[in-house]
Amino acid sequence: MNPVFSLPEASTHAVRVDHIFYGLLVLTGLTMIAVFVLIVMLAVRYRRGSSAERGPLPEIVSREFEIGWTSATLFLFIFLFWWAASADLSGLSAPANALEMHVVAKQWMWKTQHSNGAREINALHVPVDQPVRLVMTSQDVIHSFFVPAFRVKQDVLPGRDTEIWFRATKTGVFPLLCAEYCGTDHSMMRGRIVVMRQEDYASWLDKQPEGDDLAHQGAQLFVAQGCSGCHADSSSVHAPKLTGLYGSTVQLSDGRQVKADDGYIRDSILQPKREVVAGYEPIMPVYAGLLDDGEVQGLTAYIRSLASPNRTQTDGAAK
Amino acid sequence: MTDALLTGDLPLPPRPDYLRHGVTLKSWLITTDHKRIAILYAITITIFFFMGGIAITLVRLELLTPNGWLLTSDTYNKLFSFHGIVMVWFFLVPSIPNTLGNFLLPLMIGAPDVAFPRLNLFSWYLTIAAGVLTVYALIAGGVDTGWTFYTPYSTMFSNSHVFAAASGVFVVGFASIATGVNFIATTHMLRAPGMTWFRLPLFVWAIYATSIVMVLATPVLAISLLLVIAERWLGLPIFNPANGGDPILFQHLFWFYSHPAVYIMVLPAMGVVSEIIPCFARRRIFGYDFMVYAMLVIAGIGFFVWGHHMFVSGQSPYANLIFSFLSFIIAVPSAIKVFNWTASLYRGQISFEAPMLYALGFVGLFTTGGLSGLFLASIPVDVHVTDTYFVVAHFHYIMVGGSVSAFFAGLHFWWPKITGKMYPESWSRFAAILMYAGFNMTFLPQFFAGYLGMPRRYHTYPPEFQIYNVMSSSGAAILALAYLLPLGYLAWSLYYGERAGKNPWGATGLEWTTFSPPPPKNFDWQPRVDRGPYDYHAEGQSAGLDPPEVQNARGVL
Amino acid sequence: MTDTSGLLREPWDNFERQRSAGKFGIWVFLASEVLFFGSLMLTYTVCRIDHPEAFAAAGRATNIWYGTINTAILLTSSLTMAVASQAATVGRVFRRLVIWCLAATASLGIAFLVVKAFEYKEDIEKHLVPSAGFALHDTGAQLFFGLYWLITGVHAVHLIIGIVLVSRLALLGYLQKLQIGEAPEIEVTALYWHLVDVIWIFLYPLIYLPGRAS
Repeated sequence: MNPVFSLPEASTHAVRVDHIFYGLLVLTGLTMIAVFVLIVMLAVRYRRGSSAERGPLPEIVSREFEIGWTSATLFLFIFLFWWAASADLSGLSAPANALEMHVVAKQWMWKTQHSNGAREINALHVPVDQPVRLVMTSQDVIHSFFVPAFRVKQDVLPGRDTEIWFRATKTGVFPLLCAEYCGTDHSMMRGRIVVMRQEDYASWLDKQPEGDDLAHQGAQLFVAQGCSGCHADSSSVHAPKLTGLYGSTVQLSDGRQVKADDGYIRDSILQPKREVVAGYEPIMPVYAGLLDDGEVQGLTAYIRSLASPNRTQTDGAAK
Repeated sequence: MTDALLTGDLPLPPRPDYLRHGVTLKSWLITTDHKRIAILYAITITIFFFMGGIAITLVRLELLTPNGWLLTSDTYNKLFSFHGIVMVWFFLVPSIPNTLGNFLLPLMIGAPDVAFPRLNLFSWYLTIAAGVLTVYALIAGGVDTGWTFYTPYSTMFSNSHVFAAASGVFVVGFASIATGVNFIATTHMLRAPGMTWFRLPLFVWAIYATSIVMVLATPVLAISLLLVIAERWLGLPIFNPANGGDPILFQHLFWFYSHPAVYIMVLPAMGVVSEIIPCFARRRIFGYDFMVYAMLVIAGIGFFVWGHHMFVSGQSPYANLIFSFLSFIIAVPSAIKVFNWTASLYRGQISFEAPMLYALGFVGLFTTGGLSGLFLASIPVDVHVTDTYFVVAHFHYIMVGGSVSAFFAGLHFWWPKITGKMYPESWSRFAAILMYAGFNMTFLPQFFAGYLGMPRRYHTYPPEFQIYNVMSSSGAAILALAYLLPLGYLAWSLYYGERAGKNPWGATGLEWTTFSPPPPKNFDWQPRVDRGPYDYHAEGQSAGLDPPEVQNARGVL
Repeated sequence: MTDTSGLLREPWDNFERQRSAGKFGIWVFLASEVLFFGSLMLTYTVCRIDHPEAFAAAGRATNIWYGTINTAILLTSSLTMAVASQAATVGRVFRRLVIWCLAATASLGIAFLVVKAFEYKEDIEKHLVPSAGFALHDTGAQLFFGLYWLITGVHAVHLIIGIVLVSRLALLGYLQKLQIGEAPEIEVTALYWHLVDVIWIFLYPLIYLPGRAS
């Protein structure tokens, strides 16, 4: 298909978005035609000095008429809201079996990492027909991860993780663009999403240079940054133990209960005084400024890998 | 005194109109006459319009090829930023309110001036000071944050003149607030006897609604820019994530103003069109009451939809749904207005002078732009098209196809009243049609490019979008010509145009009862009002060919 | 009937209307000021919700004595301003009272600024200016103080404008150039002054009471 005139529908979501888009196009197109035709017809028929009938206005032209078309418009627009909103809601959270990948954006490039550690620059290989969840953060300004063929876009923020998920339905190479103005080379911050058949993806992944597995990296940092001193199972310091933590519910000292998801782990590392576990003192050192976002993602992956023997890992649903 | 003397049919002792009452530069620079201040503003915004236009001409030239050929990336980024800042704050926001609004508001309500004439002049000086700051930012090397100044780019990463540009916008915001206060007080306190609220022309209602938005929304813009300046210049960490700040907070503050700002830019345009269509169709406007309520509802709900600029910003899904819902709701009153303008043509006696061509063009282009807004209110579609040329096309249809068309409509309609001269009709009709064609050629391709995936603010772009960019740039050349034409023939008409009488269009409205151009105090007699605003014919009837019996004064001198 | 023709300005032909318009206009302007300070306070609120302990710790680092003294000063100044405004509506008979009260208001305003200057000096000495050597270590404490310096600075600018306006009126009154009893300027300025005071009443608990109130 000629890319000049059409955009592939390469994800499950794309089909849904296009349905709404074309539906709206038909509706708005008809409305525009109706308005234009009406204006032209009235302008011609009632041009000055024309022989069309003037005289007393017919009774239909009245307050009830106005209330009628106001209500009709209101109901139509509420219906459109409902239609669009349901499509939005159904696409909100990633399926539980989504493959997780990490993206770090910086001026002016995309750095991606697969869960086994394989890294790419300005490219992302993904398997077709498999949900993929991207956990993204920025190292500097706000960027935006935009794949037109998938109809997905999400701003990528500094100091925070944002997420996006998609399920590619076609193999091929699809453009990735930055969609939030980020400085001089904003328009060059482009990449490729390479969708491969699942077997091809598996073999591609195998062939990647042994970048440290993300969780492996995290394990090394865990020791190097001193976390193991308090948090290792063998430590005698009174600190929450991390085995089986990920995905469980945590009781906080202020009475609240929170889920130990990616955001909780990240905040506990960078701002440990914010949410203190019940029964513990707020004595954990603050790591904000000492670890970069990639390192935090590594530690999170490591903690996630510390599964309790009795618990399955699928609790880690999207934030 | 005879009636003839009262109506001006007998020669009064000669006295100069407002243009000739004092001919020194000083008399213009310390004037408190709202009509002269309107002229000062008109000259100012025209200069800014052409500055912003030159900036975007360079941008559109650059976009002829996918990889750039004329400008560096930094220069490109600075040019589109300058275009946005100047066009929004130094052209669109002041254009209709401060030129036509200033000139016409007192005349339409039968008052000799606005409530606070010296404040009015001060607003203009604030605009000039702000303009100096902004032009300084340009000359010193430009600002490259976009007109939206998003953090943390603007606070921590941009190497451009953010402080000067943000200060310029900060100052012009106060001009806006002062104008709003002035117009609200004027409308409340200076209406002529008999001019009840529901006898006000829709243009007055439009200016009134706009003024309320100006007064309440602009302070929030001031704060959002003050916070950026404080962080950047004084090192106070507000939006820096390393200090626990939230860059999205800036977006909330910025858009809390900037969404109502678009209604500041479009409500006055709607007011202008609501004056012109009844006049040239010789018909009472259809549904006057609903037109008033629609404008007030737009102004009100307009404060609660700002999050639709932030659907992909990381905002919560619940917030997204609320903003989406309200965005659909706010489309309803705009739709009502389009129906009513169309219905006002029914059984009219329509003629197609330039103001009417521009006004009908407004209805068409505003409808297109407004309908494209429905796409943007739908979250899944917006996620795809936000930050692409689809949005660029959407807001240009409304701002340029809408507000600028209406500005030209109003300029031509009231030109005889403001200057005492008629403009050349054939040239103006040609320019109106050329503008309509050039506009569509420029911006319609951008809807397609956006949907197909061309992001905005892109210096270079993937080659498959070239055809849309070439079409757009070609249209822009035609549009530029269409804007230069009025500059030419309107200037010509000042010297060689036919002299205009009090009411060359046979329009209703108090402004048409006084001389063209008006005397310094507007009316030689106290206007009194005894009928509604669009009394072109009897109620329940169709248009006739006789000129209306205009509401006028037979009052005491 | 007092002669107000000297006070009549364009475009008014009726002095009562001109007065009402002046008062109406200042109320509309005050609405914009509410949005102005309101958005600053909203920014503060959002940041505080994000960082409750940091804000509490930072709030404890402020000097509540200076803050409370300043609140007392400003509230008193509003009293003197209100007296001046009310006395002015009665007329010329209260001329001296009006001028004294205006002068007292301006002086109290200046006293506020003096106390504030001492407070700022102490804050600088205690390294409470957001920068590399910032005194507190909680993330978010710098945020509190960033907002502190900005909001109190903006408030101080408004106060200075108020002091100038009030001093001008006091001076004009003293020089017999102000038509007390008719001129709406005193009432208009009083409304502005009261707004500056009300804003401070909101700022006081936001700045001085976090971490101290419970």
